[in-house]
Amino acid sequence: MTTAQRLPDPYGNGGGANLADILERVLDKGIVIAGDIRINLLDIELLTIKLRLIVASVDKAKEMGIDWWETDPQLSSRAGRDELARENAELRAHVAELEEARAEVPARRRAPAKKEAKE
Amino acid sequence: MSGLRYVYAVCRPFGTPLPAQLTGVAGVPPKQLVHGDLVAVVGQVPEEDFAEGPLRAHLEDLDWLGATARAHQNVIDALTGVTSPLPLRLATVFLDDSGVRSMLEERADTFRRTLGRLDGRVEWGVKVYSEPTEAPDSKDTSGKAASSPGRAAGSGRDYLRQRRNQRKESEEKWERAEEFSRRLHESLSGYAEDTRIHAPQNSALSRAPGRNILNAAYLVPRTESEAFVELVDRTKDDAPGLRVELTGPWAAYSFSGEDA
Repeated sequence: MTTAQRLPDPYGNGGGANLADILERVLDKGIVIAGDIRINLLDIELLTIKLRLIVASVDKAKEMGIDWWETDPQLSSRAGRDELARENAELRAHVAELEEARAEVPARRRAPAKKEAKE
Repeated sequence: MSGLRYVYAVCRPFGTPLPAQLTGVAGVPPKQLVHGDLVAVVGQVPEEDFAEGPLRAHLEDLDWLGATARAHQNVIDALTGVTSPLPLRLATVFLDDSGVRSMLEERADTFRRTLGRLDGRVEWGVKVYSEPTEAPDSKDTSGKAASSPGRAAGSGRDYLRQRRNQRKESEEKWERAEEFSRRLHESLSGYAEDTRIHAPQNSALSRAPGRNILNAAYLVPRTESEAFVELVDRTKDDAPGLRVELTGPWAAYSFSGEDA
């Protein structure tokens, strides 16, 4: 029978708590007991958050994926991979531009610039 | 009493009364439903909001969801002040008291075990963020390359070099951040009886600046909490470019399952 011993003052979960922290715990971490009223919170959460993010920005929704509540056993390195993917896309676009630029000047196709560009 | 029963938590009987002003979901003060040596903390909620159809519709409304989650947490938080509750997930709803009682009866052994494990413990959340740097995509290269076709090859090479350097920098930064998080997690685990590493929070939802690298929960005895908090405070300035954020004390949300 424990009543609370003295605890440090609350950090961040008072009235102004980050809603994401509260949602994360209340929607995703408490014990799951099937009541008489059955709803699948996972579907709900997915819809709500995806909808809102799609409204906010398509990129964000994609970045969000659907794994926000899935426990990742390791520290996420997804962010690093995202960065690479983005960079790849940028590079491809850039290469395409270069090729387009070259195609626009067919007379100078064999210009030395081409050799230089082969890094 | 009529209406549905919204269950917040299960706990051992506690002597200290909850604050008189405390309200929960639907603005209703929670009450105790005692069943043997267990207590369910329940609130009466209106059917027009919490029957299956309306509930499903409400849950699609992020404002309603946010307010309800806060009300839920508000009750759990008050309980954490007087006992060590086992928090239930949002929107666990029964038709009447007897439904709640048979649920308590059915799961009594599990509840006793889990409550034993959580007794006298709280949960602390620790997050590490990398501070936002200048946006890497602030320079729009696409427009520039087209506008200076003569320098396409040179700028292409410069571009590649620049990208390589940027990538190296951000990889190094990333490694430092992960290394810091790993060490922090290790030392905090020393004070904790159990730990959970959660998926990083998406900044679009949390609105927290920077990228969330570590999102961890620690089950810490109340008696150790002061030392735990001090340790977090001490590490805060150890890593330039990183931000350490502490939240808690929470009820043991992350340690409520039997998978411990």
